[in-house]
Amino acid sequence: MEYGLDLEYSFNEFLKGFGLSSEIAHIIWLPLPILLVLVAAVVGVLVTVWLERKISAAAQQRIGPEYAGALGVLQPIADGLKLLVKEDIIPAKADGILFTAGPILVLVPVILSWLIVPFGQNLLISNVGIGIFLWIALSSIQPIGLLMSGYASNNKYSLLGGLRAAAQSISYEIPLALSVLAIVLMTNSLSTVDIVNQQSGAGILSWNIWRQPVGFIVFWICALAECERLPFDLPEAEEELVAGYQTEYAGMKFALFYLGSYINLILSALLVSILYLGGWGFPVPVELIAKFLNLPINAPFIQVFTASIGIVMTVLKAYLLVFIAILLRWTTPRVRIDQLLDLGWKFLLPISLANLLITAGLKLAFPQFFGG
Amino acid sequence: MSIAITTQTICFTILSLVILIGALGVVLLESIVYSAFLLGGVFMSVAGLYLLLNASFVAAAQVLVYVGAVNVLIIFAIMLVNKKEDLKPINDIKSRRIISTSICLTLLSLLIRVDLTKVWSLSSPNNSIGEESTIRIGEHLFSDYLLPFEVASVLLLMAMIGAIVLARRDVLSKDISTGLPVDQELIEKTSEPLLTNKN
Repeated sequence: MEYGLDLEYSFNEFLKGFGLSSEIAHIIWLPLPILLVLVAAVVGVLVTVWLERKISAAAQQRIGPEYAGALGVLQPIADGLKLLVKEDIIPAKADGILFTAGPILVLVPVILSWLIVPFGQNLLISNVGIGIFLWIALSSIQPIGLLMSGYASNNKYSLLGGLRAAAQSISYEIPLALSVLAIVLMTNSLSTVDIVNQQSGAGILSWNIWRQPVGFIVFWICALAECERLPFDLPEAEEELVAGYQTEYAGMKFALFYLGSYINLILSALLVSILYLGGWGFPVPVELIAKFLNLPINAPFIQVFTASIGIVMTVLKAYLLVFIAILLRWTTPRVRIDQLLDLGWKFLLPISLANLLITAGLKLAFPQFFGG
Repeated sequence: MSIAITTQTICFTILSLVILIGALGVVLLESIVYSAFLLGGVFMSVAGLYLLLNASFVAAAQVLVYVGAVNVLIIFAIMLVNKKEDLKPINDIKSRRIISTSICLTLLSLLIRVDLTKVWSLSSPNNSIGEESTIRIGEHLFSDYLLPFEVASVLLLMAMIGAIVLARRDVLSKDISTGLPVDQELIEKTSEPLLTNKN
């Protein structure tokens, strides 16, 4: 079932029409999807920041931002501009090199992980074979950056925050990887495109959330913990640690942390929608609708239409999850550090192990429902 | 494919330089924290070399295990016990350094000799496995490499049990290093709820 827009092929053919060699065309093509996804990620962050401000205001019966643009939609841009022009301060007794490298190490793996996020059959930067495993590997780099900035700040609150972030990230990585493993077991592939295609059989009924309800909840809790969102924002708990590892940061370096955490939130929401909510799939299969309306599925017009529906569906599902995450942040209290570790090691880890075992058993017993 | 080959050469040069300079930094730098962070950089560059060899699964596993777990734990341990103390000067530091350098150089020459004398079976680009390597690794782990794989997991289990025994001092009545009876007050009790029902 290899249909869908192949923009790369058409673009290369278009450039070859001007007499360029295929190599040059490929080199001109390469940065385009990367830039597009980077811009999409940053715009996604602006939208999420605005949503966070508005929803938190609604949760606390305030109005929220309203003067910058209609309904305050320009507020995140104003915030970003303010951070851009602020003075870049490195504390006198901090370690300059590590202090600068820390935020970069936090942000780069998160942006690299967007490599594998598909918005359609061919609408992703690269369909690498190791797919979702790449994301798990990349997200394990982040704690090094957090430890680095915590140490380099030369501040006890920063160091404690960095240590907490690393401990939290290591303990929630394991149930996260195990619940992804159950999905991979059902798909027989690590590629994110294959994971979505495996759920596209019968629309909403074939989404993984029905076959992996436990995995879905474990994954969502772990994703929130990895993003350091409330109720798991212990590394930056303001009542105890000022702002954790970000305490000494100002200006653009602080903005890197800020961007990193929001890009990570959107990425996690996108991955939940890809792994469990059918990715770019419409609740009713698009092929069925096309057949019902007697439209040819391979016609260019229909192709563009289905691709747009795919992008809209992916973003819609992701933002629904972002909305839930924001609502959770403003309505739940923070857990204590011992509760956090108990939840991770004594509850989520055994549950995700059992989930993996049961999935393997069900796969053997009912291969037609759980992937043969 | 001249552009692809040029890119590959540039990447290989940069990665090798980072590995060599980083590894020297790990050994030679005075600050243990810098050494630990540089070690992470060296691990990452090795993962980059695996990527150049089309072994993407091995590269990701390298990042996950060595950078994400081993190196984070090393840094974590350094930061938890980062005591500022001046180390005692060693008397015969010069002769020690000469001995260790000569041992390292001998090992290096041995490796170079092996590299030059062994005939490596290089796979041509046509029969490289590429993306299928994940499946092949899985097949090998569950067939001819099953025993080493399971033995390695038993080894990890033993290390884990040892760590738990060392950490939970209440199972030992005597301190291992000093031989003195363990101070039972120091052992962490199961935490009582802070707000007990008094009425």
